[in-house]
Formats: sequence, C-alpha cells, structure tokens
Amino acid sequence: MEKWSLMTITVLLALTVRWTVSLGSYSGAGKPPMYGDYEAQRHWQEVTYNLPIRQWYFNTSDNNLLYWGLDYPPLTAYHSFVCAYIAKLINPDWIALHTSRGYESQPHKLFMRTTVFVADLLVYIPAVIVYCFSLKETSTKKKVSSALCILLYPGLILIDHGHFQYPLSLGLALWGVLYLSYDWDLLGSAAFCLALNYKQMELYHSLPFFCYLLGKCFKKGLKGKGLVLLTKIAGTVVVSFAVCWLPFCTDMEQIMQVLRRLFPIDRGLFEDKVANIWCSLSVLIKIKNIISPQTQLKLSFAVTFLSLLPTCIKLTVQPSLRGFKFALVSCALSFFLFSFQVHEKSILLVSIPVCLIINEIPFMATWFLLVSTFSMLPLLLKDGLLLAYAVTTLAFLSVCAASFSIFEKTSAEDLQLKPFSLSLKGYVSWFKSFPKIVRCLFLLSVTLMGVLSLMSAAVHPPQRLPDLFPLSVSVISCLHFLLFLVYFNVVILWDSKNSRSQRKIS
Amino acid sequence: MAAGGSAMAAGGRSWFLALALGVSFLKCLLIPAYYSTDFEVHRNWLAITHNLPISQWYYEETSQWTLDYPPFFAWFECALSHVAKYFDPKMLVIENLNYTSRATILFQRFSVIFADILFVYAVRECCRCVNGKRAAKDVLEKPTFILAVLLLWNFGLLIVDHIHFQYNGFLFGLMLLSVARLCQKRYLEGALLFAVLLHFKHIYIYVAPAYGIYLLRSYCFTANNADGSLKWRSFSVLHVTLLGLIVCLVSALSLGPFIVLGQLPQVISRLFPFKRGLCHAYWAPNFWALYNAMDKALTIFGLKCNFLDPTKIPKASMTGGLVQEFQHTVLPCVTPLATLICTFISILPSVFCLWFKPQGPRGFLQCLVLCALSSFMFGWHVHEKAILLAILPLSLLSVQRAKDAGIYLLLTTIGHFSLFPLLFTPPELPIKILLMLLFTVYSFSSLNSLFRRERPLLNWLETIYLIQLVPLEIFCEIIFPLTPWKRHFPFVPLLLTSVYCALGVTYAWLKLYISVMTERISVRQKAE
Repeated sequence: MEKWSLMTITVLLALTVRWTVSLGSYSGAGKPPMYGDYEAQRHWQEVTYNLPIRQWYFNTSDNNLLYWGLDYPPLTAYHSFVCAYIAKLINPDWIALHTSRGYESQPHKLFMRTTVFVADLLVYIPAVIVYCFSLKETSTKKKVSSALCILLYPGLILIDHGHFQYPLSLGLALWGVLYLSYDWDLLGSAAFCLALNYKQMELYHSLPFFCYLLGKCFKKGLKGKGLVLLTKIAGTVVVSFAVCWLPFCTDMEQIMQVLRRLFPIDRGLFEDKVANIWCSLSVLIKIKNIISPQTQLKLSFAVTFLSLLPTCIKLTVQPSLRGFKFALVSCALSFFLFSFQVHEKSILLVSIPVCLIINEIPFMATWFLLVSTFSMLPLLLKDGLLLAYAVTTLAFLSVCAASFSIFEKTSAEDLQLKPFSLSLKGYVSWFKSFPKIVRCLFLLSVTLMGVLSLMSAAVHPPQRLPDLFPLSVSVISCLHFLLFLVYFNVVILWDSKNSRSQRKIS
Repeated sequence: MAAGGSAMAAGGRSWFLALALGVSFLKCLLIPAYYSTDFEVHRNWLAITHNLPISQWYYEETSQWTLDYPPFFAWFECALSHVAKYFDPKMLVIENLNYTSRATILFQRFSVIFADILFVYAVRECCRCVNGKRAAKDVLEKPTFILAVLLLWNFGLLIVDHIHFQYNGFLFGLMLLSVARLCQKRYLEGALLFAVLLHFKHIYIYVAPAYGIYLLRSYCFTANNADGSLKWRSFSVLHVTLLGLIVCLVSALSLGPFIVLGQLPQVISRLFPFKRGLCHAYWAPNFWALYNAMDKALTIFGLKCNFLDPTKIPKASMTGGLVQEFQHTVLPCVTPLATLICTFISILPSVFCLWFKPQGPRGFLQCLVLCALSSFMFGWHVHEKAILLAILPLSLLSVQRAKDAGIYLLLTTIGHFSLFPLLFTPPELPIKILLMLLFTVYSFSSLNSLFRRERPLLNWLETIYLIQLVPLEIFCEIIFPLTPWKRHFPFVPLLLTSVYCALGVTYAWLKLYISVMTERISVRQKAE
C-alpha cells in the first residue's frame, strides 16, 4: 500500500478515537457551583465576547476573577473570542453575560467538542504528520507507525477531548521544533513565541529553544554570521510578542495585571495531588507548613535551576537537533518535578517531546508515556473517563508493542546508553544482564500501575486515609519521573558525536 | 490497522491478534454512543426470558417489542439475563419499559462485544481458507491480512452492532464459520452450524437455498463425471440421512418445546409478521425503492398534467419514508406473495448455476452472495441492514479475484452509505463519516495494491457514481437542513439516498449475476 493511504488511515483512526473519547464526560460536568475546565473555557468566551479588551484581566462588576478569571496569555483570550463569535451565531444563550454561567446542554457540548476537534485537526495533527515524514533514515513503515503511536498517545487525547483543553500551545510548540529541524530558525522562534503566548506553561520548553538557538549562533561565530542570526531571532521574538500583546500595550498597568494573572505566586507550592517532588515529599514532611511561601518560591527556583543547568550547558556548547529534542524532554521534566505551582496536566509538556523521540528510544518512550497517563489518573477518574482511560491506554500499549516490538529493544544500545555503559565497564560487571533487568522492571511497573488503576477505580479507600490512592499514584509516578530524569540526563550528557558516528559505521 | 501491519515483526499470526484487539478497543470506545430502540428491544427480551416460563415467551406483549426471533435467540437472551442480574436487576423487570442505567448500558454493550469473539474466531477460520498463492513479502499485502481487516473492521457491522445496537456479529460469526467449514470440506459441521444459525435468526433463510443445493451436490453426491456433470449413481443415502438427522435434531431442540405446548402457530406468526409494510420506514435501497420512487414520480407527473384527480390520491403517499404503509397510486400494489415470487425467480438462476456448474467453495460463495442480494432486492419489508448478508461473504471472494474485488468495492461503498440514515444524531455524524472513510480508504487502497497488475478495479462510470456520494451526503446532512424545504418535505434526504443507492445496488447485483452466469469452468476445476 502506498505511503499516503497508510498515513490517511492513521489520521482517520486517530480522529475516530478522538471523537469517540469526546462522546464521554468532561471536567466538571453537572457539578455546580464551580464546574470545571469546560466551564472555564466557556466562561472565557463569555467574558471576551461581552467585555472590552481593557477589562478582560481586571476584576470588575461584570468580570469576577474568582470565578474562572482569565489566567492564560492573550492568544488564549483571542482564541476564546473567535470561538465565542461562532457560538453567538449558533446560539447567543451560550455566551450571554452573567446568565450563561454554568450553561450545559448537549448541543453546547457538541459545539465545544467540535472546537477542540478542529483545533487538533488544524494544528496538532498536521505537525505530527509532517514531523514523522521528515524523520531521516527510516522506512515508510516506521514513519507511519511513529505517527500512529504519537497520535494515539492517550494522555493528550484524554485531556483534550475528554477532560477538555485545547491542544494549540503544544501544537504550536511542535511546529516550532519542526521549523528548527528544517533550519528555518526565524519561523521556529515565531511559532514558539505564539505557543508561549497561548499558554505560559510553555516556558518549560523555552530554555532548550533558547540554548539551542544561542548555541547555533555561537557555532557560526558571534562576530560574523552568528551575530546577524542572533539579532534576527531577537527581532522576531520581540515582534511576535509585540503583535500578541498589542491591545494591552496601552498602559503599563494593563501589562502588569496580565502578568500578575499569569503567574499567581500566592497560590502555594503545589495544589491537589501532583506527581512532582514537593507533593511526594509532603507525605514525609509538611513543607508547606514549615517554610514560608517566599522561601518555598526561592527553594523551588534554586532546585529547578540546578537540575536544568547541565543539560542547558551541554546544549549550548554542542547544539544538535537530537540533543535539542532530548533537552526539551529533560528540561520540561525538571520543571515539572521541581518548579512552583505545577499542575498534573503539565506532564503533557514532557510527554509531547518524548513522543518526538519515540522512534529513537521506543522502549523508554512507551514506558514514560504510560507512566505520564497513569499520573493523571485521579484527574481522569474525577471526570468520569475511566473507561476511555483503560481502553486508550491498553490500545496504546499494544500499538507500541506491535509497531516497535519494544520488548526486543531493551539492550543498552537500544536505550542509547552505550557510551555510558562503556565508561562504566571497568567498574560494573552486571551490564550483561541489563536488558533482562530493564524488561523485568518494565513489567513490574506496568503491573503496579494496572493494579493501582484497578484499585482506585473499584476499591473504596479506608476511612482514615481518603487520599490513599491519589497519593500513591502521585508518589509512584514521581519516583518513575525521577528515574526518567536521571536517565534522560545520562543520555544527554554522555552523548557525543563520535559515539553516534561509530554506531553508524558498525 | 497499520498497527496490525507492523506487527509482522513480532512474527507469525500476531497481526491477527492486533487487528482483533484493536477493533475490540474501538468497540469499547463506542459504548457511550447513541443507541436505537433495538436497545430496548433486547432489554425487554432479557426481561421476558428471565422472568417467564417458556410457554409465555411468545405470548408476552407488555412492551410493543415482542419476542420475534427464533427460540435459540431467546435462549441466548435467557443465558445473558443470568449475567445481567449481577449488573442491574432492574433491567430484568418486564414493566420497566425504556429502562436505562449506566450498568445496563455497560452490560448490554459488553455482551455484544464479548459475543463477537465467535465472529473473530470465524474470521480466523475464513482466513485459513483463502489460498496464500499471492503470498507477498509485505504482510500488508497478503490476501489473508486484507480479508481479516475487511471482515473484522467492517464498517456496517461496527455501526449496526456497536452504535445502533444489535447482535449481528456473532450471528455472522456462525455463518462465516459454517462457510469456512464447508470450504474445509467438513460438511456436517457446516450444516450443523447453519441449522443452528437459522434458529437464532430466521433472516438467514434467504441464503438457505445455496446451502441446500451445495450440500446436496457436493456431499450427497460423492463424485462427478469427467466433464464436471453429475454422476447420478454416486448418490449416498448415508450422507443424506446424516444431513437430515442434523437438521431435524436442531429443529427439534429449538421448536420441540413449542410444538409440545401447541404454540407453533403463535411462534410462526411472531417470526413472520406480514402485517408490516412492503418497505421499512426508511426504504432499503432495493428494487421496491425504485418502484416506489417511480410511482411517486408518476403521481407528480400525473397531477401536473391533470391525468389524476387530486382528491383521489391517498394522503399518506406523499409523506413516504415516514409511515410504514405505503399506498401506490399509479403502479399496482405489491402483495407479500408477489415479492415472494419475485425473490424465488431471482434466486433460481444462481441456484441452477450452482448445480450445473459446480466450482467448489467459490461457486457456493457466489451463489450465497447472489441469494442474499436477490432476496435483498425483492424481499418483503427488507431492512437496510440486510445488505451485510451479501457484503460479508463477498469479502471472501473479493481478495481472490480482481473481478469480484471491483464488484465488492462498489457494493460495500453503496451498501455502507445506505446505512448512514441509521445514525441521525449529530454527535454520531463525525463517527459514521470517519469510520466510513477509514474503511473505504482501506478497502480501495488494499485491494488496488493487491490487484495492481490487473486492469483497474472500477471503470469510469462506476467511479463517477461513487464520487457523487460525497455531494449527496453533503446535501442531505448539511445543506438540506438549512433550506426551507426541510419542514415541508422532511423525507427528501432519505428518498434521495435510498433511490441513489438502489441504482448502485441493482447495478452491482446485475453485474455479479452476469459475471457468474457467463463464467466458464476452468480446466483445473474439471479435473477435480
């Protein structure tokens, strides 16, 4: 069969799965008074359509910021505005000021689901397809199976089409990566700026983008071509930011208010149950009570910075596309684990870069993607997406197992650990049984996740420990993520051009 | 699908498992989708068979959806009901009309998904019967792989069973399994399976002539003459007795209790309700749809030219597609007997062909498809879903010969398209379009690559006809609801769909018939 028909089938399959998931429940369905993210998005449409731009981010009598006040950057607001415009054409009740609060109906759900579906179809899916086609040194079949695995990644499907969220920021960031891989640096940075202006969480990816481009300029010589490139990139960034923020540039107070909304420092180190280090540590020590919020902020900043440093330095010194992709993973993971005010959905920011390297390290990528979906289990359970979670996860596991035969690719070389193992060979003798150990660990972890999923879904927790299951889900995922952080850092730091060229020759 | 394709690396038959698992996951995802009144029908049958003694099964009429399937299906529901009580006992109360709950939906949907295991097994057996002469290196181009996808991922079966809600999967499983057994020359098993199937759902009686003649020709007569004609002396009394015994035993097991109770007439009257109209609420795309449309056109023409008296025209005739009874104004009315005769006559040539030009399993399958299609064309109160009866067996033929592949592509695309009106709720619109595209793109690209050395599978006329389905769908689903005609002529989209598809189905039926009748027996088969 031809390449194009295979790709078409892949896309159609991905779209079908997305739409069937969207038939299910969404965040906060029928749960007054606050509802959930679905209502937040609807409320933003209401606010942006009915109020003048000056009032969008301000607390006024028409805009109660305590009820899902706008706390994403301007592009999200513009997107809401466009959606509201279409909503108005179909049914003005959906976005009527004040009276539409908590509006829920089947046609409205259909409309909201369609907006997500369209956003996915226009931005995220094309990026994935183009990316997979641009993979080098791979057969058509590998390309198609990579695309299938990426598009069937359950975490993103469940959050976007189940829980309710738009995949635009991730899609735009993906376009940024794509442009960079084609050496279109200016387009790449513009796309990334748009992503950043859609969702401030994209900052997790900003350092690798910055370091990669900076390193590229250094390589060209900071005095000649490099400087020109740097100026051009800086200009692009400034211009794209300016365009996005233009309506808010009327006075300083506007900009400051938006920034205050974007970075709510007073919200505390973490909320709910997140699979990051602070939440897991709080099982042992109640950090939130011991340390003052200001110190918490400083502490998390320091730890994040330290964990980022090696990767960023390495990337700046030796900028390579492969290193860039790995750095995206490890930096986002550092942010997720250590930074301030992390949301459980933010793990998607790590998962998408992991998807990009799924054809290089299929085994580890599949493992990570499974764990990342599992870490959002409490959220998904709350939204009533248990069935979709179970089915899509199992489907994803079988698709990955079938298309990459991951269980046969667990040797040190397949995990890209060859250079690391070579440097250790003198000291450690257990490297021979390494593939077997890894495989056992994987099976153990999958079993653990399966059992915990089953228990969270079916068993009532003991009365004294109502949070037992969500907490154990986050602690277990956090342990996984820590190990993954170490793994990714090892791969990045031990990677050198020599080892790769050697591999090619052999 | 591509997942299964790449599974080749894992070796062996693992791709089959991947395909089956994949489609099962998809079925699970469809659980929250819309379901039709058939959901309530089956819930009611669960309640009836669970609570009442056998003697009451075919008399109970609290709900309008009375039990109208043969006894084996009732027993099947009875068995299911013993599992159902652990999910939600309230669904087993007969008076709980239109009862639903999360547990009820889960149970009913999962019962269909689990019953489909039989279908998966049958597909596997069918794949074994297909010769691997074209064995390609690439697993994606193996006939067995393509056949597995065409059957397991069949669009019609997916939407009818897992969205609309019915138990066709495991019934077709029984049929395909019996076909596979006949192909493997395990005649008695095949006959047994088909007899059982008939007592599950009697619609399969339409293809019974093919079974009867084939078994008689190749099992009861054990040898042929050198020129392929029948050797009368080879008649085996033993084989006939065995066959008769099987059929009688199965019938006794199924209908016996009701004969003892003296309820046979009641059962029969429930199974064959001729009180219903010539066509279903939505006209299945068959000969009668064309007939009705012609009648309507003539009526309008007659009114325009004042040949007809407007006061004499029955009112209902102009709301066609919305009422059950359809009164013809110009053309003569059609009685059940007339449809029966038409069906019989249309089936006859294919049966003769099976008898006089024996071609082994191929000939049998051809005759089976022709029987199914002919009865679809002329039957009384045919459902649009009945087209699956022809499409599924035709899949087996399509991967073996380019000519059949062309007819298959034509018939499946039209047949599946004609199933669209089954799902009319807005949330299911994208699903049906996506799944239809998925299946159509796959079937076209895979069969085209399988027969890429032969001439194109479809000629230009057929291609244009199929492409025009796209504007038709856009008009019916998107443009028409926005026009003011929607209120006055709500039946127009259904009418257009059914007439347009009827043209295609008729064409495919004729083409298949001609190709079967004109086919010559190859020398190799003579030697057998």
